[in-house]
Amino acid sequence: MSAGKAKASNQTSETSESDSTPTQSDLKEYWRRNLKLIAGLFVIWFIVSFLFGIILAEPLSNVYIGNIPVPFWFAQQGSIIVFVILIFVYARQMNKLDREFGVED
Amino acid sequence: MMLETMLALFAPVIAQLGLGVDAWSLILIVGTVIVYFVVAIATHVTDTDEFYVADRSIPAIVNGAAVAADWMSAASFISLAGLVSFLGYDGTIYLMGWTGGYVVLALLIAPYLRKYGKYTIPDFIGDRYYSDTARGVAALATLFVSLTYIAGQMRGVGIVLSRFLGLDITIGIIVALGLVALIGVIGGMEAITWTQAIQYTVLILAFLIVTAAISLDLTGNPFPQMALVTSDIGARLTQLQADIQMGRYIVPFREYSQLQVFAIALTLMIGTAGLPHVIMRFYTVPSASDARRSAGYALFFISLLYLSAPVLAIFAKFNLIQTLNGESVSTAQNIPWVERWSQTGLLTINDKNGDGVIQMTQSLTSEASEVFIDPDIIVLATPEVAGLAPIVIGLVAAGGLAAALSTADGLLIAMSSAVSHDIYYKIFNEEASQRKRLLVARIVILAAAVVAAYLGINPPGFVAEVVAIAFGLAAASLFPPILLGIFDRRMNREGAITGLLVGLIFTLVMVVLMRANVVLGFEEPLLDSFLGLGALGIGLYGSILNFAVALIISRFTPAPPDDVIELVEEIRYPRGSREAIAADGGSETTSDD
Repeated sequence: MSAGKAKASNQTSETSESDSTPTQSDLKEYWRRNLKLIAGLFVIWFIVSFLFGIILAEPLSNVYIGNIPVPFWFAQQGSIIVFVILIFVYARQMNKLDREFGVED
Repeated sequence: MMLETMLALFAPVIAQLGLGVDAWSLILIVGTVIVYFVVAIATHVTDTDEFYVADRSIPAIVNGAAVAADWMSAASFISLAGLVSFLGYDGTIYLMGWTGGYVVLALLIAPYLRKYGKYTIPDFIGDRYYSDTARGVAALATLFVSLTYIAGQMRGVGIVLSRFLGLDITIGIIVALGLVALIGVIGGMEAITWTQAIQYTVLILAFLIVTAAISLDLTGNPFPQMALVTSDIGARLTQLQADIQMGRYIVPFREYSQLQVFAIALTLMIGTAGLPHVIMRFYTVPSASDARRSAGYALFFISLLYLSAPVLAIFAKFNLIQTLNGESVSTAQNIPWVERWSQTGLLTINDKNGDGVIQMTQSLTSEASEVFIDPDIIVLATPEVAGLAPIVIGLVAAGGLAAALSTADGLLIAMSSAVSHDIYYKIFNEEASQRKRLLVARIVILAAAVVAAYLGINPPGFVAEVVAIAFGLAAASLFPPILLGIFDRRMNREGAITGLLVGLIFTLVMVVLMRANVVLGFEEPLLDSFLGLGALGIGLYGSILNFAVALIISRFTPAPPDDVIELVEEIRYPRGSREAIAADGGSETTSDD
């Protein structure tokens, strides 16, 4: 929370002069980028689970990874591995974003 | 590696003691229960902040483990691998469905609720929708979802205790719930969190040791998570099943249609993000960024079991078919585990054609097969089927119990806070003193335990199936108003309450109609499916209905007041989540509207 603004790297054009409170437009931009990040991660979430595991289950049933079909792997294991990664990526990116806009806790 | 060392370590001990399965089960079950109690007494709580949110002092990683234990119920531990084993490819609905929701939770809900930072989910809904009606409805939905969920847990407890300690299922349930309720009464959320973290350790060790041992045995690879891809076990089982007309294991959509698989998986995911006992755990971490990280740890811990379960499912089925199919009935009936599980009525051998040899066919639960196996015993019986050491089997019993107890505990406190905090304190008696509120919270835990015991003794169906219906209810009731409360500034009281009620009632009515044979005692369900979805997936329609009604109504009714819009703005930024807590626990000052 202290010196949050110090790292406002590519935000310089929009950031305010006062150094501890982000302006309204800063906060708007922060929220917009948060939404963008969320949307991107949910696209991946959908692809590995619903697309690979369910929608393409039959068309891809002859494509194998190791000893099992690719859709089967995504349906039973692959999607879960990606889910874990997605959350940690989100946590990391958001921490960065928080610092950039000086809204970290 | 770890496994071999463990076995090497334990083997001489076991040989020396010469203890059997029952003795080890007893030692491990009683031993772990004593540990849970010591923790509860050590962390006994004295104020509402400690009681409801563990003083917001729980480190992200510990909360992650607690969420994992809270989350992984008897359904996950006992039934998951069994269900996947029976469903084959379609088991993905549980594997994907019960993990993917954490992404929804971490990205869309947990950090914002933590920033909001009070005690319960109805708290948020009540404040965000500036209405005690909203608070009350949310509290009722919490009670509803949690009760449905806990009913499933109790059967798991009953199975473990009856099989491993020889207790009558009814007595087992009463004893277990008594224990759980006491832990909650003494230590509130604080004790529950720490015992859950320990329970996670017990249950995951049990699950991994068993799976690794079987994996080593069947594939030569001690890492079961890998065995699916690297070994040919999937292909072997598929072949074995094809030989006895059981259908090919890895072929999708044998049990459910593609639409159903899609809908059930999605329902379970958004239901996860609407389950009060899970979401409220994120109030216990120190800050909003901890809430995000904590969700990551939670899913990581959960994934250790969920990546092993599909492999165990294959191993278990392979072992079962290989051991029993073609065996002579008299030999089979003398196998110790067959004998023990037969006594519980969860495994039956019936030589229908009278040739003295077992023929398995179609499925393990079908009428045609000469062996009937309840999916719930797959995990518990597998170590015995694979011939593992008695101590491992005892450990599985302790693990299954840990899974059921930890979830029951989380549910009891969710119900207790809904009644004592949201309904009693916030709606009926805002003057209540700290002491009085704690007293009420504790009494409600006991009362909830009594209701749960009743539901456990008169169980409404398969563990996982009952639990899955709770997800539909959560998805259709609490998830939409929480999500809209964060992301839709314009969402107002009228929209949210109508949406919640419509979603909840629709789903409830549908489930009752589709399960009329179980719930109302009819011969047949009154309704088979609705627009292609059965009871498990119907929550998706309920949820969509909830969103649609809320959005439409809100646009035709007055916008929320300015201070509520400020609240929505405020929770979007993590800054200040450490200190800016409306402390209505410590003092008696705060009141909303």
